[in-house]
Amino acid sequence: MIDFAIRINHLRKQFAQQRDIIADLSLALPAGTCLSLLGPSGCGKTTLLRLLMGLEQPSAGSIEIDPALRAHMTYVFQEPRLVPWRTALENVLLPLELQRNNDATAQQRAVSLLHRLGLGERLQHFPHELSGGMQMRTALARALVTQPHLLLLDEPFAALDERTRFGLQDLLLELKSDLSLQYVFVTHSIAEAVYLGDQVLLLNKHGRLETLQPVDLGARTQDTKLGIEFNAIAKQFSQRFAAIEQSA
Amino acid sequence: MKKMNTIKIAVQQKLPAWIFLALLLASWQAIVTWQWVPNYLLPSPRDILIATRDNWSDIFVALQSTALSIGWGLGLSFTIGVALAIIFFAIPLLRKAVLPFCIFFQTVPIIAIAPLLVIWFGFGQPTVKASAFIVSLFPILANTLTGLQQTDPQLKELFQLYRPSPLQMILKLQIPSAIPYILTGLRIAVGLSVIGAIVGEFIAGGGLGSLIDSARTQQRVDLVFSGVLMSSALALAMIIVIDTISAFIARRRPLLRKF
Repeated sequence: MIDFAIRINHLRKQFAQQRDIIADLSLALPAGTCLSLLGPSGCGKTTLLRLLMGLEQPSAGSIEIDPALRAHMTYVFQEPRLVPWRTALENVLLPLELQRNNDATAQQRAVSLLHRLGLGERLQHFPHELSGGMQMRTALARALVTQPHLLLLDEPFAALDERTRFGLQDLLLELKSDLSLQYVFVTHSIAEAVYLGDQVLLLNKHGRLETLQPVDLGARTQDTKLGIEFNAIAKQFSQRFAAIEQSA
Repeated sequence: MKKMNTIKIAVQQKLPAWIFLALLLASWQAIVTWQWVPNYLLPSPRDILIATRDNWSDIFVALQSTALSIGWGLGLSFTIGVALAIIFFAIPLLRKAVLPFCIFFQTVPIIAIAPLLVIWFGFGQPTVKASAFIVSLFPILANTLTGLQQTDPQLKELFQLYRPSPLQMILKLQIPSAIPYILTGLRIAVGLSVIGAIVGEFIAGGGLGSLIDSARTQQRVDLVFSGVLMSSALALAMIIVIDTISAFIARRRPLLRKF
C-alpha cells in the first residue's frame, strides 16, 4: 500500500562540475496533497520540478512517485510553448494525437476544456492571435486534456497580469476539486504559494529544504487572501524568505 | 481604404526600381542609336524586342523545352533532396559518412560534368534534366537538413513529454519546422536549375541554351539577348510561383513564430 504521492530521498542535482543545484533534499508528499514550491531565484525550484517529470536525471538520491500518478502525470512549462502552426484546438489535441488517443470523445473533451477555460470562441485561432493569458490557458488545457492525476506547473502564471493570474489560480483550485487533481506548483510569489498549496515547501539558496509547512485554510476564494489567517501564514513565509535572501 | 494604402505602399516600394529600369533602357537605347557602341556588339532594346517578336515561334518552343527540363530537374531534386535530408537527419552515421562527399560533389563545376552527362544520357533532354537536377539538389538538401536540425529545443521537449514515435517527431514537429528552410532552398535551387539547364543545353542541345548558342554562331546578338532574357524571365516566373506558395502557406499556417 503506497501512502505517499511523491517521496524524495537524499536528492542531489549538479550540472557539469558546478555547485549543487539541489543538495540532499528529502521529503514525502502525502497522497492527495497539493504542494507549492517556493524559494529565491536560482534555488532549484524548476530543476526539482524537471527532476520530478523525468526531464532531468538526479546526480544522486532517488525520486519515487506513486505509479498510479506517474502514469498520468504531465507538465506545464513557464511559457505556453504552443506550436505556432497549430490552432488553439489543434494544440490541445496534440498530446492525444501523439498518444494515439485522438478519438471523438477525446476531441469533445478538448473542445469542452477550451470552453471551460473561456476559449470557446478561439478554437481556430493561432497562438499569435491569442493574448498571453489565452495562450497560457491553452497550454493548461493541453495539459488537462490527457486527464492527468498529477500536474507539475512551473511558474505558469508568472508573466500574466494580476487579474488573469487570479482567475487562473481559482480555476486551478476548481479543477483540483472537480477532477481530484494533485499538483506541484512552482512560484516565486509567497501569496500564490500559500493560496494554492496544501503544503508549502521553501527551498533555500543552496537547494536545501528550509521549511515544509502545511497550510490549513479550508476552501479558498480570492477573499481568503484578505483574511488574518492567510496573512499570518504569508507573513511567516515572507520573514523566512527574507532571511534566506540575506544569508550568504 | 486599407486596400488603397496597400497599393500606395507597394507602388512606393517598387517605384524606384521601375524608374531605374526605365532610365537604364533609355540610356541603352540612346547609346546604340547614337552609335557609341556598334549594334553588332550591343543591339538596342528595340532591336531585341523586334528579334523576339520575329522569332517568337522558335523562342517559344525552346522556352517550353527548357521549362520542361527545369520542371523535371527541380521536381527530382526537391523529392530526392528532401528525402535524403530526412534520411541523413534520422541516421547521423550515414550523414557523417556521405554528406562530405555531397559537399565535394557540389564544388565540381557543372560545365565540367556536362560532357560526362552527354556520354551517359545522350544528346537532348535527359542530359539537360540531369544537369538541372545536379545543380539544384544540394541547396534543397542542405537547407532541409539545416531546418530539421534547427527545430526549437523547447518544442522538442514539449513533444517528448508525450513519448512520440520517431516518425511522429519528424512528421508533426521537424518537417513543419523545416518548411521555411525548404522553401528558401527551393528558391535558391530555382535560379541554379535554370543555369544547369542552359549549360546542359549548350552541350546536349535543345531549348534556350541551344537557341542562344546557334544565335551566337550566326552573329545574331539580338537573338542571344532574347534567349538570355527569356531564361531570366523563366527563373523569375518560377521564383514568383515559389513566393506565392510561401505566402499561401504562411497565411494558412504561421511557421516562423515562437510562443
